[in-house]
Amino acid sequence: MSLARRRFTSRAMTALCGLALLLALLPLVSLLMLVISRGAAGLSFDFLTQLPRPVGESGGGVGNAIVGSLSIVALASLIGIPVGVGAGVYLAENGDGRAGKLIRFTAEVLSGVPSIVVGIVAYGLFVVPMHHFSALAGAVALSVLMIPTLARGTEELVRLVPRTLREASLALGIPEWKTALRVVVRTALPGIVTTALLAIARALGETAPLLFTALNNQYWSHRPDEPTASLTVQIFNDAVSPYDELHARAWSAALVLLMLVGLLSIGARLFARLRARGQR
Amino acid sequence: MISAPPPVASSGPHPAPAASDTARPKIEAIDLSAWYGTTHVLRNVSLSVPANTVLAIIGPSGCGKSTFVRCLNRMHELVPGARQSGQLRIDGEDLLSRKVDPVDLRRRVGMVFQRPNPFPTLSIFDNVIAGFKLNGIRGDHAAVVEKSLRRAALWDEVKDRLHASALSLSGGQQQRLCIARALAIEPEVLLMDEPASALDPIATAKIEELIHELKQVLTVVIVTHNMQQAARASDRTAFFYMGELIEHGDTEQIFTNPREPRTEDYVTGKFG
Repeated sequence: MSLARRRFTSRAMTALCGLALLLALLPLVSLLMLVISRGAAGLSFDFLTQLPRPVGESGGGVGNAIVGSLSIVALASLIGIPVGVGAGVYLAENGDGRAGKLIRFTAEVLSGVPSIVVGIVAYGLFVVPMHHFSALAGAVALSVLMIPTLARGTEELVRLVPRTLREASLALGIPEWKTALRVVVRTALPGIVTTALLAIARALGETAPLLFTALNNQYWSHRPDEPTASLTVQIFNDAVSPYDELHARAWSAALVLLMLVGLLSIGARLFARLRARGQR
Repeated sequence: MISAPPPVASSGPHPAPAASDTARPKIEAIDLSAWYGTTHVLRNVSLSVPANTVLAIIGPSGCGKSTFVRCLNRMHELVPGARQSGQLRIDGEDLLSRKVDPVDLRRRVGMVFQRPNPFPTLSIFDNVIAGFKLNGIRGDHAAVVEKSLRRAALWDEVKDRLHASALSLSGGQQQRLCIARALAIEPEVLLMDEPASALDPIATAKIEELIHELKQVLTVVIVTHNMQQAARASDRTAFFYMGELIEHGDTEQIFTNPREPRTEDYVTGKFG
């Protein structure tokens, strides 16, 4: 092939790759622009702090849904992070046996289960016996979705810790369990924190598992066994309603949710970068 | 390659190894064999190391040097499928027996690895004291750190930045930090698996000097690829080949007057 032809091919392929990048970015950019253009108008301090008002009344906000979303996700993290990270550490340390393979397979299957199915299961296991919808049931459903991601993520990160470090600790007469927790996990911790933040961000955006577990609430929820509002379910309900005011509220709530998720993702990346810099 | 090795056995204040044949050896291997899965990596090795001496183990790659050392603190058995047979005694006590807890044993038999492996998330101070802290031993941590760093000849270089990251040190300093970390828990035996192979000549010289100091208080077993290093730093030398102990004896004798032709070929650089 001649030089001119190779140059031409190279340029053409570079241009095609650039085009693909643009195509990939297009949905993201248009999504952001649409949500901002429709939702920004409704944003105000009241919108972030007030209760929703019925159709016809002006003002009001989604304060209870913001607090509800955050508390359901916090509760879900409280359940999901210890279990997910613990399972991941187990898989990395002892995961080559039959039990490890079983757990890994289960986690893989679990991560493929549609979130609506997880919601139905939480409904059957918590809502039906307790006779009412609750933040707790929603948190359990979300934690089930977080666990496989956390377990696999933690496993990969713990496996990356060099064997020489583990040996250094064992050679000092430090028992294996302490070596695993205080040396190996400690070394992988920055990565695990990042993984956890991303899992939290994902859980924050889930709707289906909350639809018939946490349900919704037009008022402030004070206890984890009460029905609790969440941004995602609020958006869903408002969007399917026939009223323009509620549609507008849904757009603004969507913008708030997007900002929360964005903050978490950026936080995760900043944290990872800071730690990476500190290590060097 | 080595025409005139330095007279090693006569240096140092301690009695020459020949005199210790009557004393009970610190370390004694009897018919020790080790496997990885079905690979027989160590074949019926018997040798003894008197207290307060340095034993150098030499031999080509894959000859079982490291495996032998890793049997001494039972790190060998951590590899899946690894096993061992025979006897291995420290002060006459069989350390392969089921009654011996490997975790306790490793507090008595310290180890320094081929590549410096300080804990990257910990400071210099916390690295030295890690064995103490993680084992829940109380005591004057600052005093232990200073003493260990002095014994590892690192104190003067790091005393003003004890709380800096261990990774801020150079490779040679990191290796001496690892030695200090091993010394902090006061082991009776120190195993060194090619401790200077990743270091430059100056750092290597410092480690060798250190070994001479250390044998006042403990027994050292050092694996090395470097024959000059074995000649300089050890009292006794063992030559391993293909998992067998070919010959062991006073370092001077091994290098000047080996009994086995294979030893002679190896120490004169004909193979390996």
